[in-house]
Amino acid sequence: MLTERFQVTGYSFFEKLKSIDYFLILLVILIGAISVFAIYSTEGGKFSYYTKNHLIRLSLFFVLFLVLSFVKISTWYRNAYLFYLFGIVLLLIVLFFGITASGSKRWLDLYFLNLQPSELMKIAIIVCFSRYYHRMQNIDIQSYKFLLQPIILIIIPCYLVISQPDLGTAILIAGSGAAIIWLAGINIKYFVYSSLMLIVSLPFVISMLEPYQKSRILTFFNPDRDPLGAGYQIIQSKIAIGSGGLLGKGFLKGTQSYLEFLPEKHTDFIFTLFSEEFGFVGSIVLLLLYALLIYRIIRIGFLNRSFFSRLYCFGFASALFLYVFVNVAMVLGLLPIVGSPLPIMSYGGSSMLSIMLGLSIAMSCKIYNQEQIA
Amino acid sequence: MLNRGSNIEKSRVITRRLFILAAAKLCIFAGITSRLYNLQISDREKYEILSDKNRLREWKTPPQRGIIVDYFNKALAKNDRIFQLHLALDEVKDFNKTIFKIKNIIDLNDFDLRTIYKKKEKLKSWDTLVVSDNLSWEKFSKLNLYLHEIEGAKPVLSTSRYYPYSNDMVHIIGYVGDASLADIEKKEIKENLVPGLKVGKSGIESSQENLLIGKYGIKRYEVNASGKRISQVNYIKETQGKQIKLTVDIEAQKFAQKLLNDKAGSICVMDIYTGEIIAMASSPTYDPNKFTHGINKKDWKKIKNNPLKPLINKSIAGLYSPGSTFKPLVALAALEFGTINPEKPILCRGHKHPYELYGAKYHCWKKNGHGYMRLRNAIKQSCDIYFYEMARLLGVDRLSVIAKRYGLGSKVLNDIYIEEKKGLVPSTIWKKNALEQSWYLGETVINGIGQGYIQVTPLQMCLMNAQIANGGYKIKPHIINDQSIKFNEIQEKIQKDLKIQNLSNGNKFLKEIEIQPFDRMYKNNANIKFVLDAMFGSTNELYGTSFNSRYNDLKYQFAGKTGTSQVRRITEKERELDLDISQIDYKNRDHALYIAFAPYKNPRYSISVIIEHGGSGSKTAAPIAKKLIKKIIDRHEIRNQMRNINTNSA
Repeated sequence: MLTERFQVTGYSFFEKLKSIDYFLILLVILIGAISVFAIYSTEGGKFSYYTKNHLIRLSLFFVLFLVLSFVKISTWYRNAYLFYLFGIVLLLIVLFFGITASGSKRWLDLYFLNLQPSELMKIAIIVCFSRYYHRMQNIDIQSYKFLLQPIILIIIPCYLVISQPDLGTAILIAGSGAAIIWLAGINIKYFVYSSLMLIVSLPFVISMLEPYQKSRILTFFNPDRDPLGAGYQIIQSKIAIGSGGLLGKGFLKGTQSYLEFLPEKHTDFIFTLFSEEFGFVGSIVLLLLYALLIYRIIRIGFLNRSFFSRLYCFGFASALFLYVFVNVAMVLGLLPIVGSPLPIMSYGGSSMLSIMLGLSIAMSCKIYNQEQIA
Repeated sequence: MLNRGSNIEKSRVITRRLFILAAAKLCIFAGITSRLYNLQISDREKYEILSDKNRLREWKTPPQRGIIVDYFNKALAKNDRIFQLHLALDEVKDFNKTIFKIKNIIDLNDFDLRTIYKKKEKLKSWDTLVVSDNLSWEKFSKLNLYLHEIEGAKPVLSTSRYYPYSNDMVHIIGYVGDASLADIEKKEIKENLVPGLKVGKSGIESSQENLLIGKYGIKRYEVNASGKRISQVNYIKETQGKQIKLTVDIEAQKFAQKLLNDKAGSICVMDIYTGEIIAMASSPTYDPNKFTHGINKKDWKKIKNNPLKPLINKSIAGLYSPGSTFKPLVALAALEFGTINPEKPILCRGHKHPYELYGAKYHCWKKNGHGYMRLRNAIKQSCDIYFYEMARLLGVDRLSVIAKRYGLGSKVLNDIYIEEKKGLVPSTIWKKNALEQSWYLGETVINGIGQGYIQVTPLQMCLMNAQIANGGYKIKPHIINDQSIKFNEIQEKIQKDLKIQNLSNGNKFLKEIEIQPFDRMYKNNANIKFVLDAMFGSTNELYGTSFNSRYNDLKYQFAGKTGTSQVRRITEKERELDLDISQIDYKNRDHALYIAFAPYKNPRYSISVIIEHGGSGSKTAAPIAKKLIKKIIDRHEIRNQMRNINTNSA
């Protein structure tokens, strides 16, 4: 009977449709809709360039998400390392042929889209690690050999991304990887040790950073250090959020963003704009939508038997949480400013693509949750 | 089985780890929520203020100055519509090209261009440049025709101070201009300091600044991060300053100013009961409207270098020896102190037999002498010999008591004009203190004919004359209308006082005492009457010095006293030559003076006329007074009607 259950491989299309997590799709649509209104607001209530582009990308990648959801989870499993390798190769290509914009080389020109491979890497590392720990025994996990391998797997893309330079994405890649390592059950002491090491080495790391990164970190500790320069963004962001109050200034009435006091308002600071216009209540509702999205993905993980699916879902959920947390904490002045977009909300194709890709794999876990992997 | 057991263990580990992670996430979520609460609920006000500070910027707009009107509510200083050209710098692509286009349309000269470029340097890229702040209507309409060709050009209707009676009122009202550093120290100007604010520079405009200035307005604009105005949020309208009503009658003033045309001098007209200054002309004058937008160098030089000194308000800041116009007061003083018997005859024998004192000679103005003179005749014919002797008997200190009491030696309008002069009433103590010399009797003698140290302003002479003409009652001269001073009440008070004659303590009037407005200033009413009668003779009787300027019509009949004040000592040689006025250098010619009150019966107005270097008072000053008196009396009825309207409305 047991074998019989695992051997069911032929899903009818109807059954697949039935096992789709519609609530998750609804959440994505809701957040997507909010994002369109938010971007619309950044343009002062005009349906022009950014809004149009955002809407097109959102629809396109949403369809992609639905289509890729039907890719068998075993396919992802089989090609996990390939995916990782593909990401590394793209990062290397960026290193040599990337497009430079505002001082950093992050993008590949794909004509219809400027692809940011580091964004893809955020998903690739989760898929890769999920496969890496899928088969591993508990005892093996603690051995030095199997401890060193994933660390190298993290360091390679992180190094490539930092050298772009893009500290924010590197931190998110490392964080996503670390989340899976944690979930796989590595002894807590390693985390304690590495945390301590990080703290000790922080001054050295900071001294090696680019000047603009250094000033961002110093500014984080004291935004008034340079209120019109490095501290400007965070001061203006706090003013915008704070002045929103309980219910906000109202849709299209956010003066801070409308009057261009807010920088990067359609990308990294989209939450600020939303929070200014919809206030505390709106912000909490948006954060709850993200929380629900994360919860739904974790729920999919629980429905799965295979470690790969489980690790992927838990890992992706953690990564998603990390993305949201880093971005929101950043605009609230709780973290230094490291360029990191808010999933789905922020304007930007690559980020949207990677989130939709991640969601489609999670959805695939749901659809094929009974499928046997390898 | 081992495999399975291990798998179950692994599954448990993952689940456990997930829960730990989830717990951490919940904590972080709570942290973020509390941070949001902190920013948006607890500190909301602080950030709201910061946001408004960010988004709103204030532009202060200059207040509207209060209007100045004359006694008949005719506007003397108003705010006129003017046409300006502003240039929004952020809309201009090529500044040089735009200015060149504008230059061709409204004819800017090189100096204007330089000023514009200098102004532009001080402005920010989003500011507005005032290219021209006072365009003529022709240029303005021409500009509107080409407007579409000039990017950023904005024709603006604004207001600016305008003086419709330009030259005629400038000495009374003054003019406005941009605030100087010294102006800014004044409180009311400091509070209202706004770009484009015009402040009073002289006269009423300057001294009444706190009433006239009003309160600035505020235009709040929403601006973006680079400071560009997006929209006007609200507008607190500026408040206009208070209206100031003068006692001056612009028709009389205009007429007086016209009489002084081409001459240097002053005319003052005063109501002898209310103290209202009806006209206060000073010549030459200048156009205050030229100062409003900054006077150009050429005009300024012309005004400044004019030897007749148009910038000086001669009525209050011109100091003159009163000459013979001082004689009525000398006579009054001598009568009050009883140092002369008016019936005592004194012989005047002309230039060959001058009055001698300790070897010094003092001549009468009349070459052949007046013969035997009594006091009334001496005033009427202005005999100097008589007054030398009378002054000697009186003494300078007694004279100074009476002279000061009747308004000489102190400011008449006090706070209204900062440039007002006190003049000088000499006394032995004054000379000791000021010059550290003792007094010579010879100085007393020439003091008796209004020469020597004594210096008066035309307004002081007008006041002195008024206070004798009203029967010897102190009045309160003023130029800003004062509703609390009522003619009827003053009349009643004086009538009541006149009934009490021969005071037991009359001698107190021979000492320096404080006298309240509308109280008597004389010891014996008969003395005043004597002087007034003598002045009547001077004008209306044969041999009177101003007999040629009389009116026989009782309505206009007036009494006066001529004066010719020497600018310098006349040498013996010159006296022998007896030159005609045209043969003397302008600078050395005598000042011509005249004081008068009219009508003789029931007098109401006091007039003083001074023509600088005009020659003799009887030939130059008295005819001017005659013309003006007719005008003043003709306007008496209408002024009375206005007075009733004013008192009824108050």
